[in-house]
Amino acid sequence: MVPVSAYLILAVVLFGIGTVGVLVSRNMIVLFMAVELMLNAANMALMAFSKALNLVDGHVIVFLVLTIAAAEAAVGLALIVMVYRNRETINIDRFNLMKW
Amino acid sequence: MTFDLIIFVVSAAVAVFGATMMIAQRSPVASVMYMILSLVAQAVCYVQLGAFFLGAILVVVYAGAIMVLFLFVIMLLNLRGNEDMGAPPPVLSQFTKLVFGILLALELAFIVKAAPFSGSTTGIVGAKSDSFGSVKAVAEKMFTDYLYPFELTGVLLLVAVVGAVVIAKKRHLNETGDSAGALQNDAEVKE
Repeated sequence: MVPVSAYLILAVVLFGIGTVGVLVSRNMIVLFMAVELMLNAANMALMAFSKALNLVDGHVIVFLVLTIAAAEAAVGLALIVMVYRNRETINIDRFNLMKW
Repeated sequence: MTFDLIIFVVSAAVAVFGATMMIAQRSPVASVMYMILSLVAQAVCYVQLGAFFLGAILVVVYAGAIMVLFLFVIMLLNLRGNEDMGAPPPVLSQFTKLVFGILLALELAFIVKAAPFSGSTTGIVGAKSDSFGSVKAVAEKMFTDYLYPFELTGVLLLVAVVGAVVIAKKRHLNETGDSAGALQNDAEVKE
């Protein structure tokens, strides 16, 4: 039997990789995928807790999170398309209008 | 018993490998492919946790639909690798970001270690039922206790779709690009 803490460690590692991805990546699409990865890591932790407590509630919450991730991806990608149309780039370092 | 452990170690290793390669790739298309690899490995972990329904949902909706949406956008933008990425940022800056990411992960790991049942080997409390994680069990919970959140999700999706269409719509800006011209053009389109 795999201990629940192993799944939690996996979730933590995935979340850490997602955080590093958000900080390091300069491509807006990759940055977006790193955010999705962080959401997935949270889902993994919810699944592990759901199994540990033998409750299905965690599954329902994961389902709702998946729906929200889909909505977020749709709006975010529309924003990326719009930004690309205006600025001709998706390099995150070039978007410095509101930066000092 | 050990078979479970082998499957977990392999799928976790593949998930972490896919995630790492996803943020390390220069080409966004390769990045999406590695993300799909990581998602499929995570779905294996879901199934191992008894979440058959959500494992299937993860593969179909996430790896299937959302990642295809990413690919569509990459295709639409006609991006080619690293062409407009400019000079790479200084090494010190990248190193600092990496250190802070690892610090956050360590912090979370510390919290996990302090969690009440992280020491238990099985972690299973209560009676184990065969229907745990099945479509029936999830649906019963979703349509009774979580009915209102579920219905609100439908509204959220509708709002997101309308918002995405409005944001991504071509505005027909005139040469100077002012908003008055855009509004006028919108009015003309409506007429």
